[in-house]
Amino acid sequence: MLLRHTTSEIKDRTALTVNPAKTCQPVGAMYAALGFHGCLPHSHGSQGCCSYHRTALTRHYKEPVMAATSSFTEGSAVFGGQANLVQAVETIFAIYEPDIIAVHTTCLSETIGDDVNQILQKARDEDKVPKGKYVMHASTPSYVGSHVTGYANMVKGFASYFPVSTGKKLNQINIISGWIEPSDMREIKRIVSSMGIKFVMFPDTSDVLDNPMTGKFVMYPKGGTTIPEMLSTGDSKFTIGLGHWATTDAAVALDNKCKVRFEVGDLPIGLRATDRFIKLLSKFGTASVPESVNDDRGRLIDVISDMHQYLYGKRVALFGDPDQLIPMTEFLLDLDMKPVYIVSGTPGNDFSSRMEKLLANLPEAKYKNGANADMFLLHQWIKQEPVDLIIGNTYGKYIARDEKIPFLRFGFPILDRIGHSYFPSVGYTGALRLVEKMLSLIMDKQDMECPEEKVELVM
Amino acid sequence: MKSEKSRYIMPDAEDVKQEILQKYPAKVAKKRAKSMVVNDPEAGQEIQANVRTIPGIITQRGCTYAGCKGVVLGPTRDIINLVHGPIGCSFYAWLTRRNQTKPPTEQSENFMTYCFSTDMQDSNIVFGGELKLKEAIREAYAIFKPKAIGVFSTCPVGLIGDDVHAVSKEMQEELGIKIFGFSCEGYKGVSQSAGHHIANNQIFKHLVGLDDEVKGGKFRINLLGEYNIGGDAFELERIFDEVGISLVSTFSGNSSIDQFTNAHTADLSAVMCHRSINYIAEMLEKKYGVPWIKVNFIGAEATAKSLRKIADYFGDTELTAKVEAVIAKEMPEVNAIKDVVKKRSEGKIAMMFVGGSRAHHYQELFNEIGMSTVSAGYEFAHRDDYEGRHVLPGIKVDADSRNIEELEVQKEDEKYRADLVAKKTKLSESGYRFSDYDGMMPEMKKGSLVIDDISHWETEKLIEYYKPDIFCAGIKEKYVVQKHGIPLKQLHSYDYGGPYAGFKGAINFYKDIDMQLNSKVWKMIKAPWENEPELVGSVAYAEY
Repeated sequence: MLLRHTTSEIKDRTALTVNPAKTCQPVGAMYAALGFHGCLPHSHGSQGCCSYHRTALTRHYKEPVMAATSSFTEGSAVFGGQANLVQAVETIFAIYEPDIIAVHTTCLSETIGDDVNQILQKARDEDKVPKGKYVMHASTPSYVGSHVTGYANMVKGFASYFPVSTGKKLNQINIISGWIEPSDMREIKRIVSSMGIKFVMFPDTSDVLDNPMTGKFVMYPKGGTTIPEMLSTGDSKFTIGLGHWATTDAAVALDNKCKVRFEVGDLPIGLRATDRFIKLLSKFGTASVPESVNDDRGRLIDVISDMHQYLYGKRVALFGDPDQLIPMTEFLLDLDMKPVYIVSGTPGNDFSSRMEKLLANLPEAKYKNGANADMFLLHQWIKQEPVDLIIGNTYGKYIARDEKIPFLRFGFPILDRIGHSYFPSVGYTGALRLVEKMLSLIMDKQDMECPEEKVELVM
Repeated sequence: MKSEKSRYIMPDAEDVKQEILQKYPAKVAKKRAKSMVVNDPEAGQEIQANVRTIPGIITQRGCTYAGCKGVVLGPTRDIINLVHGPIGCSFYAWLTRRNQTKPPTEQSENFMTYCFSTDMQDSNIVFGGELKLKEAIREAYAIFKPKAIGVFSTCPVGLIGDDVHAVSKEMQEELGIKIFGFSCEGYKGVSQSAGHHIANNQIFKHLVGLDDEVKGGKFRINLLGEYNIGGDAFELERIFDEVGISLVSTFSGNSSIDQFTNAHTADLSAVMCHRSINYIAEMLEKKYGVPWIKVNFIGAEATAKSLRKIADYFGDTELTAKVEAVIAKEMPEVNAIKDVVKKRSEGKIAMMFVGGSRAHHYQELFNEIGMSTVSAGYEFAHRDDYEGRHVLPGIKVDADSRNIEELEVQKEDEKYRADLVAKKTKLSESGYRFSDYDGMMPEMKKGSLVIDDISHWETEKLIEYYKPDIFCAGIKEKYVVQKHGIPLKQLHSYDYGGPYAGFKGAINFYKDIDMQLNSKVWKMIKAPWENEPELVGSVAYAEY
């Protein structure tokens, strides 16, 4: 057994995390910054942070992930990282010529109390920032929140730094994208466009982390929200945030700065969350719902009605991030499945209140988020009473193999399969893909393991 | 594209170097110039290495924690490695280095699939994290009952002054198991290298020498600097088994801490990755008199040579005969595959920028299939890994290295192996080389370009100038290089293949390189219409 020391006996833990269902802030900040055109993320800390985050993102996307580091040494840890960051800004603009350097902090620079605002101002004052170029930053201490918090903080950083209110409103809305895949961002843009709504979406990692092979490496790929687009978000008539954890702070910041009203909804994962997203778009984008959207929805419902029997009553364990888990749980319930175990390392009280409401009619459901809500606990629950399906990032593979349970890869990071960057799981089309994947897993298991006389040709 | 290689004219390395430096701000250029050497193996050149990376330059390097927890301690299965810090450090080192392990039984301890962290929160940063660390150790013990726990410090731990060593000592007394700490904060040193040294020190201090039982075997060695990436250690274990050499310990591929405690009972230490483990080799010799030699099991010829070198040390005719028999048995298959691959790979050029020994060792494998390495460098090595150990006395210890502890090791009279010392003296007289490593540069061709701690910009320029057939580095570089239409071989993770060590490993490597070089995909990058603009709208339909 791979996880041979895991037993069903649960002992209280208050200090030890085992097999976490989260990672730290800066990787989220790095991912978010990659969703802006011409932007080079910069990690203000030890080299290892940058190296680990680039590695995790590269393995997840199988794409170049460029980012720089302040390369702290013991000296900088003692005397402060100002010299390193100023030098980094100069070096980066001289060699790599980005339009934006998006600095995020680390536990190291946060603990020693580096004032990054002041340091970046010094860099500007010393003419280290060429004309027309930008440096901005987000504070992302690794010992607060999770990778989702880091994403939220970097998006908030952009929403605070760039938008300008000219006093003249534009006929466009802002869509603040939560932590979803390039494929998902592309799908959201497709849906919004299909409704005839003018919009700016940020961040946008499509055409950044799903780039075609051309025989030439491009340091700043064609995708990403552009600076003019970002500047214009201050004049938009409304902002829709997708994902409470990832986008609320940015929506608030934009409202505070430029008086752009907002509403934050769930990520459009599954049927009803997508319904709500379409309603939000229709309302604030002042657009009617086109036939194509109804068709997408209808196809999803059609497939569910066709194949419902294979999903009905199936017990599911899931782990990941709240913005994903909440609509996913709702969707599983809509499919008459039973999401019985749910953990997220990402803290936030709303998680429990949302889950409580969603799972009111499923008394056997257990859920936990924040401190010590980890995959070890999830596995122990599974040991107590098994499930039919596990949904989560690649690390779920070890539980799935030990317990011989079908496993749907969903979330971050996915290190051992492709697809997530190319095929969406948001919207009705994405929901259809999720259903297809779950069906394949469950039905493949039946095909392989049922008694010979029970093998079905037609299913 | 490949057929054009016969007309290929190698660029002048000095031109490439100047072209690279031109883009840099003056101070950066001045510093980087010393880390880039146009090689002349006869000239005894000096290269700048193991110095600080320039902030912002986009480096391959990681941190001290990665070198300590990830590299050296990562492959040992029966110790709980508890990371004291925010969650990320432990998360990123969780199963990410492909150190395979094979516990002897289904019940044997194996914690390598687990990730342990104190998940420090802001309150721990403000008020200190020692209490949480103690509690985490108690909880780990209560749930898993391990025989040992290692505690790893991350950046904030050093800054707020948590004393992991005092906590470990206290908890060791409370719980009665082995518990010890590592001050491997990420900001120490200039790369992973400092972490290797710290790991070596603590393993030596807390484990080596605890178990004096001389276990079975006539020819007993330690294998140092082998991390069982992709099963390398399994292949080497197979070969040692066949020739009758007993592995007392491996640092640290497929290892258990019990092996470490017994390492001083070996008769010889064979060092693979000099950079990461030479400290333990040196300390084993100083304290216990166990001599060390440099070996290399990357490459079939290198494997044969290293086996012969070990056999020569023992000077036993039976062992020598067995070694020769195994080489004779293995080489035909190796040669058969090599000859097939070589037809397609001969004359092609490679580059490798990786690690602290791999960029040297893997040149052997490429040589075997007729490929030459035109440019290479390490990510975190020191001057001795480039120029040879003879430069050691002259290396200036700078501020970043000075704060990494040098253990004071004394000869332990009772366990000291005077017999091995006498053997070493005698063999040395006849020209057998101990405690020596010539480094990468003497073995590279004149005019090749050696670059330490290569930057992204330098990588790009090398590709532009040399148009290599294959580039070897790590995951962060992989897709950058491949977007250029050039395959990249990962030499950290082997692209999830391997093993590449030993005889079977060499075969795997030849085949994998052949596969990468000759994959059809590289020839399909351009769409057919891209070079045929006349195609567009060229058909005129007749009007009906």
